[in-house]
Parts: sequence; C-alpha cells; structure tokens
Amino acid sequence: MTTTPQAVRRASPRTRPPAKKKPTKAPAGEQATTDPAAALLPQPEPVRLLDPDGTPLPARADYPEPPVEALRELYRRMVVGRRFDTQATALTKQGRLAVYPSARGQEACQVGAVLAVRDTDWVFPTYRESMALVSRGIDPVEVLTLLRGDWHCGYDPAQRHTAPQCTPLATQCVHAAGLAYGEAHQGRDTVALAFVGDGATSEGDFHEGVNFAAVFKAPVVFFVQNNKYAISVPLSRQTAAPSLAYKGVGYGVPSEQVDGNDPVAVLAVLTRAVEHARSGQGPFLVEAHTYRMEPHTNADDATRYRDAAEVDTWRDRDPVARLEAYLRTRGALDDAAVAAIADEAEAYAADLRARMNAQPAVDPLSLFDHVYAEPTPQLVEQRELVRTELAAAAEPEDGR
Amino acid sequence: MAATTMAKALNAALADALASDDRVLVFGEDVGKLGGVFRITDGLQARFGDKRCFDTPLAEAGIVGFAVGLAMSGMRPVVEMQFDAFAYPAFEQIASHVAKLRNRTRGALSVPMVIRVPYAGGIGGVEHHCDSSEAYYAHTPGLKVVTPATVDDAYSLLREAIADPDPVVFMEPKKLYFSSAEAELPTRTEPFGRAVVRRPGRDATLVAYGPAVPVALEAAEAAREEGWDLEVVDVRTIVPLDDATITASVRRTGRCVVIQEAQGFAGVGAEIAARVQERCFHALHAPVLRVSGLDIPYPAPMLEHTHLPGVDRVLDTVARLQWDDQPDPRWLAQGSAA
Repeated sequence: MTTTPQAVRRASPRTRPPAKKKPTKAPAGEQATTDPAAALLPQPEPVRLLDPDGTPLPARADYPEPPVEALRELYRRMVVGRRFDTQATALTKQGRLAVYPSARGQEACQVGAVLAVRDTDWVFPTYRESMALVSRGIDPVEVLTLLRGDWHCGYDPAQRHTAPQCTPLATQCVHAAGLAYGEAHQGRDTVALAFVGDGATSEGDFHEGVNFAAVFKAPVVFFVQNNKYAISVPLSRQTAAPSLAYKGVGYGVPSEQVDGNDPVAVLAVLTRAVEHARSGQGPFLVEAHTYRMEPHTNADDATRYRDAAEVDTWRDRDPVARLEAYLRTRGALDDAAVAAIADEAEAYAADLRARMNAQPAVDPLSLFDHVYAEPTPQLVEQRELVRTELAAAAEPEDGR
Repeated sequence: MAATTMAKALNAALADALASDDRVLVFGEDVGKLGGVFRITDGLQARFGDKRCFDTPLAEAGIVGFAVGLAMSGMRPVVEMQFDAFAYPAFEQIASHVAKLRNRTRGALSVPMVIRVPYAGGIGGVEHHCDSSEAYYAHTPGLKVVTPATVDDAYSLLREAIADPDPVVFMEPKKLYFSSAEAELPTRTEPFGRAVVRRPGRDATLVAYGPAVPVALEAAEAAREEGWDLEVVDVRTIVPLDDATITASVRRTGRCVVIQEAQGFAGVGAEIAARVQERCFHALHAPVLRVSGLDIPYPAPMLEHTHLPGVDRVLDTVARLQWDDQPDPRWLAQGSAA
C-alpha cells in the first residue's frame, strides 16, 4: 500500500551510525557530505512487529516490543472500543445520534495512541476519535454528546486533559503546539498528542502546527492516521509525497511510519515518539497506515468511490484479530479470557444503549450561559425575550 | 502630565501587563528585536526577555492557534497581527476556536487572549494595509471588539483587554498611533461596555469609534459656524456595545449621525443606526443617517482621501437631518426612479 520510490530507499537511519550534528568544516565551495535530513526521515517501510496473521516478526532494537500486560490491556480496550463503535453506528439508525463517523478498522491507532500517553498529557482529537476518547476512560455518553446534539463537547476538557473533538480540519495541530509550549514554559513535562487524518495534512494549519512545534521545540506528537480516504477523495489527491511521514523532514521534525493495523507496532512507535517529545527534543511525527472500514459517516455511501474488493483486502489485516492471535500464541490470552473481554464489551454497549435511550434534558435558556464570562447587555435582553417566548408557548390555549 | 503618543501608551500598557502578570506573553511577527513595525512592542524583549516577548514563524493562523493552546495551558497571550488584512489567514482560528471554545465546553475551557490588529487607513498605505475589518469580528459572538480613539483609552482599554476573561480583538487605528495628548500613565478610564460623550451638544449626536472619533470632533467644532451644537459619542467598545449611553444622547438631541471609516454596507454603523432607530423612534426628529467609507476595496493611497469620510461629508450629512422638516431630496430622486 505504501509507495516508496527507489530514490528515497535507503538504509534505515536508525540502524546506521547517527548523523553528525555539524559537518566538519568544509573548505568554501566544497559540498558537506553529511545529510542533515537523514536522521529525520522515516524508515522507507512502515514499522511492523506482527505479520497480518499475528505471527511475530524478528525483534528489533529501535522499537522494542511493549510488555505483554500492556498488549493485553491494548487488546481489551480495542475490543471494547470496537463494540462501542458498532453501538454508536447502531444508535444513528435508532435516531439517537445525528451522525457518527466510525473508526472501525483503526482500533490499533485509536487505542494504541492513547495508551502511549499519561492522563496528565493532553490529547487533541478529531471527530473520528470517539473510540480513542472512550479508551482514555471518558464516559461514552459524554463523548457522544456532540453527536447526540444536546451540546457540543460533553466532557470536561480541562479535567480530562482532552480538547474538544475538532471538526475544522487540522486546526487542533496549532493548539497542540501552543499548549505543549505553554506547559513546558510553566515547568511541566506534559506531552500533547495531536490526532490528524490524511486529508487534513493538506490543510495549512497542519503545516503551521508542525512548524511552530518544531521552531519552539514543543513536546508534541503529531499522529497521522492515514486511513486512505478523506470522505471520498483518495490519498493520491492529497499528496505526491512518498508517504505522509515525509512531511516532517521539511520542518526539521523526526518522523516515522508504522503499520497502523499492527497494534504492537503502533504502541511501540507511539511510546518512543512520546518519550522523544517528553525528553525535550521537540515534536515527532508518526504516520500510521490504516484503513477506514466503514463509510465516512453513516450518512455516506462508500460504494460510490471504492470497490468491495479493496475493503476485503483490509478485512484480512484486521487489527483486533491480529493482536488476539499473537496474544494467544504468547499464552497471554485463552478462550476464557477472550470470552470475558467480549462479555465486558457487551455490558459496556448495553449500558451505553440504555443511557443513550434516555432523552437528554436541554435548557434553551442555557444558550446564553457561556458566550462570554458575563453576558453582554444585548444577551441579557435576548435571554429575556426567549424566556417570554417559552412562557407563552407553555401557556394553555384559552379555550379556542 | 507629559505629552504621550497612542503608540507609547500601548507600549506602556504591554510593559505594565508583562511586569504585573507572569502569565502574559507577547508574540507575533517582528515584535521582538525590532519592536514591531509600528514599534508598539519596542523594548519589551530587551526588558522582559525572549521567553516573554518573542517572534514567531510568519503565519497568522499559527500565531492565533498557538495562542489558543497557550491560553488553554493557563497563559495570557497577547498577539500582534501585523496589519488588518494580514489577519485574514487567522480568521478560521478566531471564528471557530477563539470565539467558541468557552461556549463549546460550557465554560470548562476559556481562552482569554488579546489579538491586536492595527487597522484602517489614512496613512498612505498600499493595498492590503488599510482595511477596516472590525465588522467581521463584531459579527462573531464570543469575541469582544475594542477600539480606542484617545491616548488614555489606548492604555486603559489594552490593560483591561489583557485582564479580561474573554478573548478581545483589539483594533488599533493606525492613523492615530502617533497622535499625542497629555497623559499620566498608568491610567484607568471607563470600563468595557461604556461609551463616552467626548463633547456635549444639544442639536444632534455624532456616534463614532476608532479613527472616526477625531473626524467627528473636528466636524462638531466646524459645525458651530453653521450654528449647530453637536454632541460626540465615542463607542470605544463595539462589543459589548453601550446602547444606553448612545440612546440617552440621541433622546436628548433628537438627531443622530453614525460615522465610521469602514465601508458602510452591513457595517458596525448600520447596526448602531438600526438600534438607535428601534430604541429612540419617538424621540427622533429625523432618520438616523450614516457616514462611512465607500463600498469599494480600500483604494490606492493617492485616492484614499476620496474614500475616507471627512469633515465635509459629516457636515453635509448633518445638514440633511430634517432641520426644516422637508423630504430629503436625495431619497426623493431614488423614489421617483423606482
């Protein structure tokens, strides 16, 4: 799936001796021999630690395998996350959600990324990160508030260290840079994890965010989930770069690409990226190659722009089955454990269903509450107008 | 008391804010060593260091978005957009995030910040350097929009903007930067949400803001020769707007002209005129009239004086305030053509 022209194929920068920081002084007019970009470039092929069938690949020094307990937890949250995702799509059919953008197929990315950060780190999600947010421990009803439509952001971002799900594409990349810089400025070792999609890497704010983070050495991990489609538009219309991970080098940001359907590799690469950021070395860019199994949202018709055969090839690379197979081989998972986790996921979905079936209370007068810290005189007037309208509407008709 | 320019007052406000609150950061393009193209940040980096006042990459969306993240982390960013028209790349950040984050999160997050925008013309600037962009911001709920017309207000309103819990778009009239007045800084003038009567008068009210205030005052002075005693109200904060002071003045005088430098159509002056008309109908002896720039892209420097509303345009408009209760010939012609 990745297209890596021969021209950029090279020995892995991680296995070669590190590039010298400063080339030895060359006489004027003579070309320095050290390529300062080499250390920033991603490896020419996505990092992969498991084959699609779950068979482990040879261990590697640059990306050590995470501990098995972490992988088991990753599996558990992926199973629950997928069940949540299925339930959310079902809720759109029952009219309980206005819309839902599914992340099915991207479980390794959604869960692996949030497992790599601490609760005190900040996450900057897009609208497709609902699964990531529930994996971070946020109440699924609060996560779905936006899509249910009773308010915009249902959880407390300050308390959860999680920005509201961002719909204007890539705008969150600059917020992540600013927040990370501000945290460092105040002596905290917070890392910001900014999710972004393949299409959004075409937006200016993606580039400004990566550039600001690099210039200010802000501890940000930019995590590009390349799921191959921006609604209907394929990756080839977004970029002519060998892969999206090559966008980092122009900003002086070290970058990596990873098989986004290999949960072990995603967790390993993200863990290292987060360590890089936290250690004061500035931002890191990761591109995960994955695939959006469902349409853009329940309102989209993916058959208009892609073949069933293409989707089927990705079914064979299912991240949940892949991790399950591996953990079974490792002896870290058996039938009983798999069944217990499946039961947990069912119970999670049942609870979500029950709570989403309750009609949420909305208060029209609350519309005026958080426009400003204190309402302006004009808002006070409008609030009074609405209050009068509501009171009139509530009065019984006078007998006619 | 000493003579001080508006530019120096703004600089003093930034310096005093930096000195009194560690959370305040000043950044943007050329604000560091250079001190800003208008020298509003002159000397701040030398005095407070490059962690408190610093240059950024040349990217306005980046600057404002970076400020959003900084405000989320508890800082108080004050950013400079180098010129009015150069702020447009930041508009998505301003309209979708700066203005809305408090509301989207039911108050859990707020992004107090100041976006300083040198705006409007009258300085012989070439294209893209003279836009009056205040209406874009004023039309965006969640933003406060402030524009000083005096040296004292420049200092006081900027200090208040930096301390405000909400994001403030602080519009600085470029042509007034080097206007000078006796001022004792620090000073505290009327708070946000208060318009001020700059000149009392009995016959009609001129409502103006920012670069149009000196024009209104000059026109009021000239109008004495015509026998008109004009009151001048300086709006100061477009959002929140002080309806009470404006309408109290118009109820006293019975006549109102709203003056803005910006192009007129769908502008702030139109909003003020509509509000006065709604609220003062029975006190009005004449329709509320507007004086504004022309509905054209900001013209080249050699033509800008045709565009800018000056004293003559104001006085010609005052003359049409139904002093002898006759139909306005200007609208009669339009009516018969229809």
